[in-house]
Amino acid sequence: MAGLHKSDFQNPVLNWVDTRLPILTLMTKEYGSFPTPKNFNYFWNFGALAVVNLMVMIASGIFLSMNYNASTAGAFDSVERIMRDVNYGWLLRYVHMNGASMFFIIIYIHIFRGMYYGSYKAPRELLWMSGVTLFLLLMATAFMGYVLPWGQMSYWGATVITNLFSAIPGVGNWIVTLLWGGFSVDNPTLNRFFSLHYLLPFVITGVVFLHVVALHITGSNNPLGIDPKSEQDTLPFHPYYTAKDSVGMAVYFLVFATIVFFIPNLFGEADNYIPANPLQTPNAIVPEWYFLPFYAILRSVPDKLFGVICMFGSILVWFVLPWLDTSPVRSARFRPMYRWSLRLMVLSMLALGVVGAHHPIEPYVSIGRLATIYYFLHFLVLVPLFGFIERPLPLPESISKPVLRRNFPGGGGPLPTGAAAKPMEKI
Amino acid sequence: MRRLAAAAALGMVLLAGAAYAAGEEELPPFLKTNWSFGGTFAADAFGTYDRASAQRGFQVWNEVCSSCHSMKLMSYRNLAGIGLTAGQIRAIAASKTVPGDLNDQGEPTTRPGLPSDHFASPYPNEKASRAANNGAYPPDHSLIVNARVNGANYIYSLLQGYVEPPPGVKVPDGLYYNKWFVGHQIHMPAPLQDNSVTYADGTKATLAQESHDVATFLYFASNPHMDERKHLGVRIVGFFALMAGLTYAVKKHVWSDVHKATHDEER
Repeated sequence: MAGLHKSDFQNPVLNWVDTRLPILTLMTKEYGSFPTPKNFNYFWNFGALAVVNLMVMIASGIFLSMNYNASTAGAFDSVERIMRDVNYGWLLRYVHMNGASMFFIIIYIHIFRGMYYGSYKAPRELLWMSGVTLFLLLMATAFMGYVLPWGQMSYWGATVITNLFSAIPGVGNWIVTLLWGGFSVDNPTLNRFFSLHYLLPFVITGVVFLHVVALHITGSNNPLGIDPKSEQDTLPFHPYYTAKDSVGMAVYFLVFATIVFFIPNLFGEADNYIPANPLQTPNAIVPEWYFLPFYAILRSVPDKLFGVICMFGSILVWFVLPWLDTSPVRSARFRPMYRWSLRLMVLSMLALGVVGAHHPIEPYVSIGRLATIYYFLHFLVLVPLFGFIERPLPLPESISKPVLRRNFPGGGGPLPTGAAAKPMEKI
Repeated sequence: MRRLAAAAALGMVLLAGAAYAAGEEELPPFLKTNWSFGGTFAADAFGTYDRASAQRGFQVWNEVCSSCHSMKLMSYRNLAGIGLTAGQIRAIAASKTVPGDLNDQGEPTTRPGLPSDHFASPYPNEKASRAANNGAYPPDHSLIVNARVNGANYIYSLLQGYVEPPPGVKVPDGLYYNKWFVGHQIHMPAPLQDNSVTYADGTKATLAQESHDVATFLYFASNPHMDERKHLGVRIVGFFALMAGLTYAVKKHVWSDVHKATHDEER
């Protein structure tokens, strides 16, 4: 029949469905037999972990919202009612609250993985850019979520961050009023933040879909950064990477559960257990830990507008990373200079994280400025320069070669058929 | 050159760390005591509330603290969490006066408390509270442990921190010197002394004992589900540890043909 899909599924019911809506064929192709480089290390777990974490956040968030009261008069008490009186409300809330931190840990490792192994380079530019978009959406969602409990840090964090937009010349104050829905952070602000906090995760889900589609067009990068050349360089996604991802997932849940059940306030600020009070500024206004490096960049620049530009620019620069990097070699394993500079960039970020948590006094100011300078030096000067001056190490001929070369120079027979491309068992 | 850059960066981080260790507060280290619910690895993982201590703590809180401080998020029924019986809770609630419904003339009334009522507050509102306390507002105690860094130790120390001010420090009228209060000048006069309460179980009511007990109760008020949380946590963390081992074994097994193939060819 014209237009109907020819399905390989033998089961008549599955065949009937798959002929009309070939979702089973699609899943088998993309997650069953999907040829995946055989040399992934555990860094390649973090994409799958991020998806799982997103689902955990949406599930816990939906149940939290059923008991949450988005008003300045009721928000704090409704969160405490969840913590005290709602059945397993403390579990939902601690999962959601620490899930945000877990999300950023996962995403930062995921981004580092992309930078270290050059996953942003052609042909994966759009894959990378959709990822940077996801990171920005995640930051916006997390920021608005932190405002919802309406504690002191919620309120003052919201005030400081929204005020940043006032630095924009001409329309700045207009934008801030729009964000606030008034002339200060107040009930309208809380209401719209709650609405957007519920909306954005679904936008994120949509962009994750684009991110995965792009990934399945270009195929995954791998620790060597060279393209698979033949069947012996790849393995079917199932069962090899489903098994490997399961290990990562169990460890992720182990860490997550340890935090939730035993140190649930590890990432939190004590001040956020004090109800918001617009008349009393806390001793120190500190954003959540995952914003600290960017907050430190903001404060390292003496000029407000330029500081805001640097803060947003420090992430936006990632969008053009595929074109800033002039080297044809992907993996940092073969790039001695880039590898070092990237490590120093990560150190700068860590230093900025420490600086962001402290009052802007010496030595933090100087450290923050040095680290900020190195951060931009890395992306804007060194990375473009390395393509011209760096001498990459020789690349292996293929993914299966480097292992074999140890004993058989130039050798490398085919793998047993069972290992090379085992199609997923048909149901 | 590269080594130099690496050394510079490492130095930067170490410097930041050292400055962090130096700290920004000039408060002395908190007094040490052993908590049943935390402080050591075993107590953090498995420790539950010392119910006798928490009950004594409630006695201190009820007889002393509650004359100025509210605890609005707690209900009398929550006291079951420190081991009080339903009868004891009913009696405690009934001894309090809480706001009731409007009467038929539309006037506010009061009635004896029920276990389902929230803790009665000492003052009707913040203004009344400030008026009675020399302009200061005694903070609500529902979340006081969570709302302070290292809360239990902070409260334990603060309650014992009323000492003579160092020479040269003048404390204005209506303020009191406290070793562990930020700025050292606190509106609250020393609330506890030796024998401020008489414990029913015969425990000697020293200042340290009272401070320990009331801090335990306040920790409970901030985290009423801690016992349940840890109890569930031990089982869930155990489950995922088992899962991690199992999935790793499965992964090894699934990948064995790939690794074996590589190994065979090397041979």
